[in-house]
Amino acid sequence: MADPLVRFERVRKTYGTGAAAVQSLDLDIARGELMTLLGPSGSGKTTTLMMLAGFELPSEGRILLEGRDIAQTAPHRRGIGVVFQSYALFPHMTVAENVAFPLSVRGVGRSERDSRVAKALDMVRLGGFGDRRPAQLSGGQQQRVALARAMVFEPPIVLLDEPLGALDKALREEMQLEIRHIHQRLGVTMMYVTHDQAEALTLSDRIAVFEGGRIRQCADPKALYDRPADAFVAGFVGENNLLPGTIEARDGEECSIRLRCGPLVQASAVDCGGRGEACVVAIRPERIAVAGVTASDLGEGALPATVLEAIFLGDHVRLRLGVGDGGEILAKRPAGVGSLPEPGGPAAIAWPEGAAFAFRDTTPRV
Amino acid sequence: MRRPFGAAVLTAPLLLFLLVTFVAPIGAFLWRGVTDDEVRPVLPRTVVALASWNGTGTPGEEAFAALVEDLRAARSGDRGAIPRAAARLNADRPGFRGLLPMTARRVEAPFEGSARAAVLAISEEWAAPETWGAIARAGGPMSSFHVLAALDLRQDATGAIGQAPEDTRIFRAVLLRSLWISLLVTAVCLALGWPLAWLIATARGLPATLLLAAVMLPFWISLVVRTAAWMVLLQREGIVNAALQASGIVDAPLPLLMNRFAVVLGMVHILLPFMVLPLVAAFRGLDPRLPRAAASLGAAPWRVFLRVTLPLSLPGVGAGCILVFIQALGFYVTPALLGGPNDQMLAWFVGFYATRSVNWGLAAALSIMLLVAVGLCVALYGRLAGFRRPGAA
Repeated sequence: MADPLVRFERVRKTYGTGAAAVQSLDLDIARGELMTLLGPSGSGKTTTLMMLAGFELPSEGRILLEGRDIAQTAPHRRGIGVVFQSYALFPHMTVAENVAFPLSVRGVGRSERDSRVAKALDMVRLGGFGDRRPAQLSGGQQQRVALARAMVFEPPIVLLDEPLGALDKALREEMQLEIRHIHQRLGVTMMYVTHDQAEALTLSDRIAVFEGGRIRQCADPKALYDRPADAFVAGFVGENNLLPGTIEARDGEECSIRLRCGPLVQASAVDCGGRGEACVVAIRPERIAVAGVTASDLGEGALPATVLEAIFLGDHVRLRLGVGDGGEILAKRPAGVGSLPEPGGPAAIAWPEGAAFAFRDTTPRV
Repeated sequence: MRRPFGAAVLTAPLLLFLLVTFVAPIGAFLWRGVTDDEVRPVLPRTVVALASWNGTGTPGEEAFAALVEDLRAARSGDRGAIPRAAARLNADRPGFRGLLPMTARRVEAPFEGSARAAVLAISEEWAAPETWGAIARAGGPMSSFHVLAALDLRQDATGAIGQAPEDTRIFRAVLLRSLWISLLVTAVCLALGWPLAWLIATARGLPATLLLAAVMLPFWISLVVRTAAWMVLLQREGIVNAALQASGIVDAPLPLLMNRFAVVLGMVHILLPFMVLPLVAAFRGLDPRLPRAAASLGAAPWRVFLRVTLPLSLPGVGAGCILVFIQALGFYVTPALLGGPNDQMLAWFVGFYATRSVNWGLAAALSIMLLVAVGLCVALYGRLAGFRRPGAA
């Protein structure tokens, strides 16, 4: 990247003598980008955000903001907007005073301050709420005030630390789109931390998947979903069938894998060893075709299966299928297309070429 | 409807307990501040005769006759009644303590002629309107005498309210002194307690526990013992003076005891926990993300303090100040033991009139004044800060 706005260089963070919370992080955030740090709790994503905000100091490495090392810069001099998990609105100030706070500490004059506060509140569709107290607002409204407050002083980058975690599902989805639209309209750079992969896919220009203090993969949402780099990403982003097996033959990208439950399948090798090594095969449930017929009717490469359970979810049907000796595969198909296979009945499953990937078996199985 | 009723039944024993042990005795005591029932039983006819008197000049013959009749009746009745009435009248007009029993003794024997001439022959005091005024004022059953006295006011025989004589005017000064000492103690407690509370609230683990224990420790020692300890420390040959002299800072022992300094010092020591604990609660209730948020928005540490931390701790400050101030206003032991004559507070005078001069009425009236002062302070606080839970601003 030619001129990143933020650059993490071999950043490492350890607490006391324990394991590193962040291990050797390299990450560039481009101007105008919405970068999401996605990962389970304890994966180091919030620590990374706090180091950029200045509330945590890196143990090693450098963080550059617009090309300058900010290690020695106090949080209040960094000029970075932060939206906290619980909004952190000042309860003793009105909404307008909250939004005006970053301007008043910067000595912006009253008239300019008022017009910028009004503009920021309009941006989050809260014009006319300026005189209320935060406690009089709903969770979603408080979140929007926090967003307006973090953006009103036009920081080069806004950090959002699980900002929608406290909202219910419908409101969360509405706010995701709203944040995305604000980002698109104003072109402000954002770093967004979440553990919700659907949220990350909705919002992001790029997603960095964190696990165990490392970035497993950093890519745009489509690439992340279609071409996961390892078994963790494959399992964490979107739903996936992860089937353990052993490589029987490998020819470049193509390999044949004997699944632990019996069948032999073809998969594209992404990150796996050679013949004889353990691996997992990942197949997205929506790419699996299911037919209520015997395997031979579906054509070559189809696997015989048994329908264990069919769950009707309105827009789609989830099928739990038994494969081979104790193997289980999840498949999704749109509802209203054909008839539902009967539980207990025979079925055949197949997937297109290139839908199955083979990874080194690293995920601890529960 | 069932729930409030059930709650009322459950709290009934407590309410009854409070009523019997708290409200009733205090109410009965305060009641004495506005009633007068010592003179009327002894001089019932005189009081009635004086009801039509306008307070100027000596009252007519019927008042003298009533007095003689009352005193004769009283002598044959309860022996303590006349001295009690005399003591009450003496509080209004010095000299009555001797005058009334003597007059009673001398009018017992039958006499010729008018009662007026006979009584005036016993003492010229009976010619003064104020002598009769004192009896009229003490006639009861309700009386503003004690309450007025507590405000350094008095009523003359005609019923006009004026200033008390210069040499007996003390209570307004005592009230102002009490308020001033309490204010001073509150300010010192706040200045010392704020940083301490901040330290306790932000410390973690063992240090926080130890600090809090150090603040709570004085609660386990009797107030009198703690005050006496200060006497040991501060006296002329005490530890503090010895240390100061030994280190050569002073040549002669400093007068550390029996003055305002010792009173404030002792009271601050005793009241500090009442400031620290609400403040600790307020600080602990403060969302630690708020100072961070303020910093991320560009506020320097001092600005974070002024605009976020301080305003959010104000409910705790208010609660601590009101707790300390109200308690300080009623302090008795510490000023009595550590202070000089000019450092005594209102409660000392309540104690003095209740136990030593046995003027229950005045003691009660002073207590009413103290209660009103506290009530006004609480009302003022409620008006300025509102009665919100600390931390829930």
